Amino acid sequence: MNQAIRSSWLAAVAMFALIFGAISYVQVIGADELNANPWNQRAILASFCNDRGAIIVAGKPIAESVPGTETCKFQRKYTQPELYAGITGFFSRGYGSTGLELSLQDQLGGNSDQLFLDRMSQMFLGKQPKGASVELTLDPELQKLAYDLIPDGQRGSIVVTNPKTGAILAMVSKPSYDPNLIATHDAAAAKANYAELNQIPGISLNQNVSGPTGNLLAPGSVFKLVDTAAALNSGKYNKDSELPNPSTLPLPGSNAVLPNYAGGNCNVRETADFAFALEQSCNTPFASIALDLGQNAIAEQAKKFGFGEKFGEQLKLGQAVSVFPANLDQAELAQSAVGQRDVKATPMQIGMMTAAIANSGVQMKPNLIKTVRAPDLRVISEAKPEVLRTSTSTSIAAQITQWMTGAVSKGIASGAAVPGVQVAGKTGTAQLGDSGLNNSWFTGFAPANDPQVAVTIVIEGVDVTTGAKLTSPNAKKIFEAVLNK
Amino acid sequence: MIQSEAVPKPRRNVELLLLVLALAVGIGASAMVGLNSAAAFDSDFWFQSSLLAVAAFAFHIVLRLRAKYADPVILPIVVALNGLGLALIHRMDGPADDTGNNQLRWTLIAMAVSIAVIWFLKDHRILRRFTFISLAASALLLILPLVPGISAGEILGASVWIRIGPMTFQPGEIAKITLAIFFAGYLSSNRDLILLAGRKIGPIQFPRFKDLGPMITAWLVSIGVLVFQRDLGSSVLFFGLFIVMIYVATSRISWVVIGLGLILGGGFIASQIFSHVAFRIDSWINAFTPEVFGRSPGGSGQIVQGLFGMADGGLVGTGLGQGRPDLVPFANSDMIIALIGEELGLIGLFAVVMLYLLLFTHGFRAALGTRDAFGKLLACGLSFAIALQCFVVIGGVTRLIPLTGLTTPFLAAGGSSLLANWIIVGLLLMISHTARGPVDTTPLAPAAPATAASTATTEAVKRQ
Repeated sequence: MNQAIRSSWLAAVAMFALIFGAISYVQVIGADELNANPWNQRAILASFCNDRGAIIVAGKPIAESVPGTETCKFQRKYTQPELYAGITGFFSRGYGSTGLELSLQDQLGGNSDQLFLDRMSQMFLGKQPKGASVELTLDPELQKLAYDLIPDGQRGSIVVTNPKTGAILAMVSKPSYDPNLIATHDAAAAKANYAELNQIPGISLNQNVSGPTGNLLAPGSVFKLVDTAAALNSGKYNKDSELPNPSTLPLPGSNAVLPNYAGGNCNVRETADFAFALEQSCNTPFASIALDLGQNAIAEQAKKFGFGEKFGEQLKLGQAVSVFPANLDQAELAQSAVGQRDVKATPMQIGMMTAAIANSGVQMKPNLIKTVRAPDLRVISEAKPEVLRTSTSTSIAAQITQWMTGAVSKGIASGAAVPGVQVAGKTGTAQLGDSGLNNSWFTGFAPANDPQVAVTIVIEGVDVTTGAKLTSPNAKKIFEAVLNK
Repeated sequence: MIQSEAVPKPRRNVELLLLVLALAVGIGASAMVGLNSAAAFDSDFWFQSSLLAVAAFAFHIVLRLRAKYADPVILPIVVALNGLGLALIHRMDGPADDTGNNQLRWTLIAMAVSIAVIWFLKDHRILRRFTFISLAASALLLILPLVPGISAGEILGASVWIRIGPMTFQPGEIAKITLAIFFAGYLSSNRDLILLAGRKIGPIQFPRFKDLGPMITAWLVSIGVLVFQRDLGSSVLFFGLFIVMIYVATSRISWVVIGLGLILGGGFIASQIFSHVAFRIDSWINAFTPEVFGRSPGGSGQIVQGLFGMADGGLVGTGLGQGRPDLVPFANSDMIIALIGEELGLIGLFAVVMLYLLLFTHGFRAALGTRDAFGKLLACGLSFAIALQCFVVIGGVTRLIPLTGLTTPFLAAGGSSLLANWIIVGLLLMISHTARGPVDTTPLAPAAPATAASTATTEAVKRQ
């Protein structure tokens, strides 16, 4: 009997050994993962009432901590809430954080390793802990201009970058919202506001699926830049190649056809060179290039421009990955070549493609953070331009630039022309099913011979006329604002 | 392990010394809680601390008088755990809450009852007379929460409470003891029958079908508790208790095999039929999927919040009163282990678990040392029950196994649990007194059939 008692004791000890193991796992081995879990509010609650660092644009805070109540000493405040909501995100007690408030939590909250000594001195001096402040690359006037160029009630995004450095100068999307409504310490109000905002079509409080870096849209004709680069890169085509330009292209394996735009000038010619095809944005030449080169060549070039890839770690915002689908049949390939079917791109992705062409084929990492400063204003990190990838050769980029310049000077992107400046551009009109509505695009840069600025505009769900008014002419205004400074 | 060869030593002075240390743990924790809540060292603190100290020393004196050979480590461990529990429950109390004081009242009642058990019972072997009365009492206690008029209804999904005046009470906690007494009495009387008869299949000897009777009964009790009271934890506890006792009585591993088979089968069927069991298992396996996390009731929010708290505590903890256990539902009862992990850290929680390990180890030592089969079975069963209860609770909180609604002995808020566990301590102390004391030559209390006691001493030789 005593032996059985000893065995039972051993069984009990074995159970306790498992307990010791489980506790060690939860509290030490797996603790980092649990602490980083987005449902875990402890970190945010611990620092919720602290003095967070400000997010600064051109010396003025767009998000800052202002004195709060007795129980919670600081309240997060957004000074131009709608204008910057897509970038700052919100910092809330009940709904976590989004945007830069989330991705720069360590710096803003004062928990990053670089701020260790600051934390120590704050502790010993008994001062309120304060986080680092973050200055952005944005230009406030450009940001405001871009925001106002999208009419209220209209869904759309604009991305303005410096193609040589990757610095983001303006990034807006509508509809926007007021993050103060969710950052409020009044939990009941925050809850009601959150529910109400989430009802509005086009507003997703989740940064990863909204805004210029998260919203995946059919790119339409701007995708022809990918076809062009792929064609030149293949060696089978050169700047003088004559491309077939039938008014309709029968889609292989189906009864449907792919037409050129009936209202345009495409149909005056049976064949077209690249310059004409890009100027008039004819569909059938690019479909036939894709059918000729095969989908792997197009997909590979798309990847070189960033489709299927991330934008790099310097862009501290949620990123959706743009898609050029695989396993297409010939009909799908022909339609995909003109940016229809299941091709999806974020406005940021299209902007980066254009920036790569502007920067001699070299794509820079998009960058939103200029400097991070400790509470004593010491710079603790500073962005430097970094190459993300090479998209095309220098000569191909130069060739495409020349053709894009033609599209603005004598083609359908002429609305973007700025007197006295060479502007390169490409428009796109992606049909949304049979609704008659489109995603209307413009992407381009200026000056073509020494690019200072790349602009990408998308206006969602509009008819052709409205789309044309809200894209190229608006791009012109942005080019002028940058170049006339 | 047999103590009779050495000259028995009471070692009550060791107990007194350890008791002072134990009180320092509980009262120290209470002081730290006070320091961190701006209400340090007020009259309440001194009053409550002295009440606990007086009760502990009274218990010590009773042991000196009535059970002077009792194990000197058991009482200090329990006082330390209980004192720590009081501090932690007090820490979770809001301005309007009275849980801490209620727990203190129940502690004093439970210690008084435990003292009374030691004082009046004198010898644990007397309990053997009550074998079948214990069975009846167990049945009654388990049925009470379902009787209209007495039942407190369904609270938090389980019907295990009864209402006595203004208080609610969980009779199942006491049933744990009466069932252990019944099993010990029944098995010590009938073990020869169960042992000798049976068929051998392969390497395992299976008992005769009719000897399976009590096993089936225990299984039915466990399943009944699960079905009618919706209390998964107690069900597991009762069944584990019985498996261990029948294993110790027969030394046959076949019982464990059959028992585990039955519990796994029963558990599987239960998980298929009863939504509350299925929810428990689902929120264990899929704790981190959004729909399970957000589900209410029956979601994993409680477990996951507890895990977050423990992870936040890390190695050394946030310090008493410095964490955010208010984010964890039931932090002062079901989830008190997570509270300890958060505020006292891995080190503090290990220390607490180590105290439990020492506690049941000393219980098992009493089982080894005592000479009567009944006492061996009872001490072993009760000690194992403490271990199993800790395993089920802590394993549930750390997501090792599904979380069930058992209380953490001596720590968690809850009067019934305190009372039952203090009675268990009283019984273990009494058994350890006979185990460590000089050989008792007085005749045994008569019990039918009185064969068990005489075979008990030869058993160890016969069956390893």
